[in-house]
Amino acid sequence: MNKIGLIIKREYLTRVRKRSFLIMTFLGPILMAAIYIIPIMLALNASNEHIRIAVVDESHWFEDRFTNTEEHTFVNMPGQPIDSVKEMVKTGVFDMALYVPPTQLNIPSNAVVYSIRQVPMEVETYISSVMQKEIEDQKLMAQGVDPEIVSAVKTDVNLQVMRMDEKGNEKETFTKVQFTLGITLAMLVYMFIIFFGGQVMQGVAEEKTNRIIEVIISSVKPFQLMMGKIIGVSLVALTQFVLWILLTVVLYVGFSAFIGISNPEMLSSGTVMAQEITANDITSNESVQSILQIVHSIDFGTIITTFLIFFVLGYLLYATLYAAIGSLVDNNTDSQQFTLPVTVPLIVAIISSFYIVNNPDSGLSVCLSMIPFTSPISMMVRIPFGVPIWQVVVSVALLAGTFVLMTWIAAKIYRTGILMYGKKLSYKEIFKWLKYK
Amino acid sequence: MLNESKAQCRFASFRIPHSAFLITKMTKISIQQVTKRYADHTALDRICIDIPERCIYGLLGPNGAGKTTLIRILNQITAPDSGEVRINGEKLCQKHIACIGYLPEERGLYKKMKVGEQAVYLAELKGIKKAEAQKRLKVWFDRFDIGGWWDKKVEELSKGMQQKIQFITTIIHEPEILIFDEPFSGFDPINANLLKESILELRDKGATILLSTHNMASVEELCDSITLINQGKGILQGKVGDIKRQHDTHKREIIVRVDDIQPVFALGDTYNNIKVEPTDIHDEVKLTTYSESPRALLSQLMQIGELVSYKEVLPSMNDIFIQEVQSQNQAS
Repeated sequence: MNKIGLIIKREYLTRVRKRSFLIMTFLGPILMAAIYIIPIMLALNASNEHIRIAVVDESHWFEDRFTNTEEHTFVNMPGQPIDSVKEMVKTGVFDMALYVPPTQLNIPSNAVVYSIRQVPMEVETYISSVMQKEIEDQKLMAQGVDPEIVSAVKTDVNLQVMRMDEKGNEKETFTKVQFTLGITLAMLVYMFIIFFGGQVMQGVAEEKTNRIIEVIISSVKPFQLMMGKIIGVSLVALTQFVLWILLTVVLYVGFSAFIGISNPEMLSSGTVMAQEITANDITSNESVQSILQIVHSIDFGTIITTFLIFFVLGYLLYATLYAAIGSLVDNNTDSQQFTLPVTVPLIVAIISSFYIVNNPDSGLSVCLSMIPFTSPISMMVRIPFGVPIWQVVVSVALLAGTFVLMTWIAAKIYRTGILMYGKKLSYKEIFKWLKYK
Repeated sequence: MLNESKAQCRFASFRIPHSAFLITKMTKISIQQVTKRYADHTALDRICIDIPERCIYGLLGPNGAGKTTLIRILNQITAPDSGEVRINGEKLCQKHIACIGYLPEERGLYKKMKVGEQAVYLAELKGIKKAEAQKRLKVWFDRFDIGGWWDKKVEELSKGMQQKIQFITTIIHEPEILIFDEPFSGFDPINANLLKESILELRDKGATILLSTHNMASVEELCDSITLINQGKGILQGKVGDIKRQHDTHKREIIVRVDDIQPVFALGDTYNNIKVEPTDIHDEVKLTTYSESPRALLSQLMQIGELVSYKEVLPSMNDIFIQEVQSQNQAS
């Protein structure tokens, strides 16, 4: 036991001290944070600019409909020929020009924006939404309907989905949240298995090609070395995982504070916007409540527990297989034929997760979440939707059982493989190794 | 009981006069009827070897003879299909791992690890406490003149230096049994000598050493007894001196100093099996004979001139190795 401890310690320390581990540790959260930060940065940059737009409205429908904001000013240029306004855009008097062609009898339905540079998305959206609203109102009036009535009639339907269990307990579910959560969890398991399983394989292959293997296994049993490596790497994986979460939180908090300090008006304008939304939204209280309900609807205890169980067991199962493959590696080219059968179930699981997420309780989904080689991923997709406890128990039992069986097989292959050099290996040959004493 | 089991072992050409050393020395490692089969061939076929304590025992054989398999069985890397190994009279088990130091033929180190750290790790795996390991390693590092490399990465070291570190880590836990597989490969003559001295010193301090090598010169220099394995079978076993005597071809070399060399050549013609040739020195002649009792020849020579030297030429281990292996290969 003491020797396994030494091996674990070495595997852990040499990996954690590597530069690549540090890079991965910092890069991961930075990438995650970037997803959050970059849109805000872009928004900050965009709002610093002020866009002046000349409006040449020959239909005269929209002349006073555009309101000026901090971001853009609309200047009406009645009677000006559009060509001369276009010249003014070229010389930089205006940033862009909106041209609505004249209409006789029919309602205007097209307009052109002339600009030297790319028109920001928000400007485009704003112009078309104003025009749409105006045309709609005009059409309603033509039908004798007061637009005020129309807006008063508008309602949001809040569709509740309740899941019941046999005892009649009801629970509200939120498919979108479950969808995202399921896919994210599955991706995490997949990434960690591929990445750290690969590390186990490389580690074994390194010891073999280094020829240090025989020195080590004259002191410890091959099984101890294999398990030591697998456990050591799994601790590295957990360390990385925890560091990622911590760093993401730190970055998130840090960045939020940074925005808060450097740009108070941005923050306050955000609050203003939020207030506007609240004012406009009659069901605001309900939406706040529904967010709380969503948070409450997620059974974090179950999700975290099952995630850890399936993550650890799934990693262990695949890591033993990767260790066995690593022991067969002589040169990298011929390891391909052995890695493929191991990666295929993982890929099947991750691809089918997009099906499972839409049909979490279908026969195929249940089946995939039971098969030990796909269950670590497939079950994680299903977990946020709620899975009967017996299914989880059966799946875990199958997974754990397969892990024990695979460890036994992998240890046999590993034991012989690590000392086998310069021999072309076939599956038939490897099968014979299982029978060696 | 030992005699009985010995009798079961078949050796084509030779039985060991083991009684000679059984009196003075205990048997450290006893390998009895060990057989190991792989899918398509038999790696070891009923091998029997008794290795007395405090000796250097040579394990010889051509490539693929089964030496490495036997060594791996001793190290419990693999298990025999039948037969047994006893150490100090006890059946081989997990605890014996700590009393064996093994230097494999194909050896390496973790390239990215620091030298000292790695040496300590390997020592710890052998069950030595960290502080003790550091203390002992420092002594050996200084002795092998690599003290300054403690904090360097292994990949920065030359092959010879890596070999030194591997040797040190093999012996660092001061095991009772040491197994060296081609320990001299990759060493320059100076370091090979340092290594040889270290091996002899370890033997004198009480270690039992199993030496597997193709270098027959080092076998003659170091080994007390040997076993020659070919095609998984033990074909020759015994003390080096005894084996040489056994393979004696009665070759004798005589050098005489004469005023006139002609009578000596004439004398050569009268005997069978004799070769007469001039030497580098103008008045000396060398005679090679394969006669068991060259007394008549000697007395005649002494009448002609002055006898400079008379030498019994025993075959070298190299010759014996080649002869034995070839004759067995032809037989099978």
